[in-house]
Amino acid sequence: MRSDFLRLERLPDIWCPGCGNGVALRALLEAIEQLGLDPDKVVLVSGIGCSSRAPAYTAFDNVHTLHGRAIPVATGIKLANPELTVIVVTGDGDSSAIGGNHLIHAARRDVDITVVVFNNYNYGMTGGQASPLTPSSSITTTTPSGNLDRPFDLVNLAAGAGATYVACSGIYFTKHLVDHLKKAIAHQGFSLVDTIVQCPTYYGRFNKKGNAAQMLVSQKDWLVLKSVAEKRTPEQMAGKVVIGEFVNIDRHAPAAASTVKEQA
Amino acid sequence: MSEATVLMQGNEAVAEGAIAAGVRFYAGYPITPSSEIAEIMARRMPQVGGTFIQMEDEIASVTAIVGASMAGKKVLTATSGPGFSLMQEGLGYACMVEAPIVILDSMRYGPSTGMPTKVSQMDLMQTRWGTHGDHWIIVLSPSSVQESYQLAIRAVNLAEKYRNPVILLSDETVSHLREPIDTALPEPIIDRRLPVQKAGYQPYKTDATLVPTIANLGTGFRTTYTGLVHGESGFQTANGHVAETLVQRMRDKLFNNLDDIIRLETDHTDDADIVFMSFGITARGVTETVETLRSRGRKAGSLRFITLFPFDDDRVRQAAGPAKTIVVPELNSGQLVLLLKRVFGDTRRIVPLNKVNGDLISPAEMLTFVKEENL
Repeated sequence: MRSDFLRLERLPDIWCPGCGNGVALRALLEAIEQLGLDPDKVVLVSGIGCSSRAPAYTAFDNVHTLHGRAIPVATGIKLANPELTVIVVTGDGDSSAIGGNHLIHAARRDVDITVVVFNNYNYGMTGGQASPLTPSSSITTTTPSGNLDRPFDLVNLAAGAGATYVACSGIYFTKHLVDHLKKAIAHQGFSLVDTIVQCPTYYGRFNKKGNAAQMLVSQKDWLVLKSVAEKRTPEQMAGKVVIGEFVNIDRHAPAAASTVKEQA
Repeated sequence: MSEATVLMQGNEAVAEGAIAAGVRFYAGYPITPSSEIAEIMARRMPQVGGTFIQMEDEIASVTAIVGASMAGKKVLTATSGPGFSLMQEGLGYACMVEAPIVILDSMRYGPSTGMPTKVSQMDLMQTRWGTHGDHWIIVLSPSSVQESYQLAIRAVNLAEKYRNPVILLSDETVSHLREPIDTALPEPIIDRRLPVQKAGYQPYKTDATLVPTIANLGTGFRTTYTGLVHGESGFQTANGHVAETLVQRMRDKLFNNLDDIIRLETDHTDDADIVFMSFGITARGVTETVETLRSRGRKAGSLRFITLFPFDDDRVRQAAGPAKTIVVPELNSGQLVLLLKRVFGDTRRIVPLNKVNGDLISPAEMLTFVKEENL
């Protein structure tokens, strides 16, 4: 990875020892490098939370916005200057709770931005509270007896709202993650990559998931490639999360264009 | 009438004034009584090479214009009380990152949904103190359709010049008035200053103007924005000295330029013994009231706030003249009067004249008030 993609003078970063965000950020920078994008035309936009500190460490134009509002700010940037590659770095709480409405509307509009969700299943910055992606029964500081709520299915939420590219990956599978980030960024239209990272400080500790290394390595057990998952029974898939590409629609293809016309 | 004279509605004048000032990005959400601005911009933006987008709510509207402003566009959104409440979050962010934005708030009766089609002046203090934390905002108030056009241009100019949010504080009546206006430019168009030197570029480093020259996104300066307290590099810090310096600079960049920013209009204040102080639509009734009182031999005068904030006590004191009685008519339970009581203390008799039923204060009502209160 190109070291000039980072503002080294701003390091060390704010993240806890063992946090997965650094790996996710590196994967994003790898994807930008491999795509050969002009660094002067890349803008990283974030909301509030652990994930959202990532853009300020990069050497691109970076915009740290308000909690949940990265997507409408990014929408304004992209529409004001369509030649820019606009990438939102957000977290599970930032994107699906306080920013959930903006997420579904940006997906519906198919605005040409990429949303990378650093998903650690809880609010890390504020001490490990439950988010809309926290699994049922999980212990957090606001669900001390276990989470009573069901989590969003982020992939299907984005897909149902009209996103034209949706993928899920985890930081254990770095090549898989970089490949899907590349496809998402290169995609014309709204794209989202649910990127699973570990939070050993809160979510992992409260739910006895082991140390950072154990949490990271465990991804190879509970994250299942889509091609493998398709051959498994529902019983075998209990408690597993499927990673891979779920939506990839080229709305600019002639066939897609005619479909839209017929619906209208 | 010149060739540039046209009949316009107040909301239309704001839209056309903004376009004349160079606004090329509008994001908004429908709300009475400002919806016409979104409707006009939906049609006009594509005609002038600009962009219109209807967002999912007012939070998204204000943050979208902040993003577009960062990318180099002159921007506008328009709303009314309930939407303006939602915009407070983005307004504070725009103050902190010093993004030039203009928000039109057409005041309707509140609180909450209130009476959507009825006029008020109940958002005055919200423009100044609606968002949290120490911050400074420029607030301009038009009294006519002509002035809606002119102040829309001025609002965009001041936002760009000082890299600060500007609120155009209109109201339901001015928004929906139709009057003939002259569309000649009242002042030269101002563009934001941009950095030149990429080497050693610091987005928040300022010169004597105290206004930073932040690069537009995508121009190769690799800039940084954050709502966190930040130093000259734009990177966040929890250093108290840096925080103090930042907040003082954000104040001083406006308060060092009050001659440029503040516009007060006075009429007969030099010899008046009674002066009406007002803003917006209420000032229209004051004009006739003063004329009538003068025709009856009463030394009446008026002061109209075209710029409401920044508010400078000394300038108001000077403009007030020698009058011993100051009447403050406003369509709320007393907001402007609080400022004037601070300015004058016990040195003058400050008399509030409030109306909170959704109607305007007529000149006849002002005259009756003067008579019945023995002013």
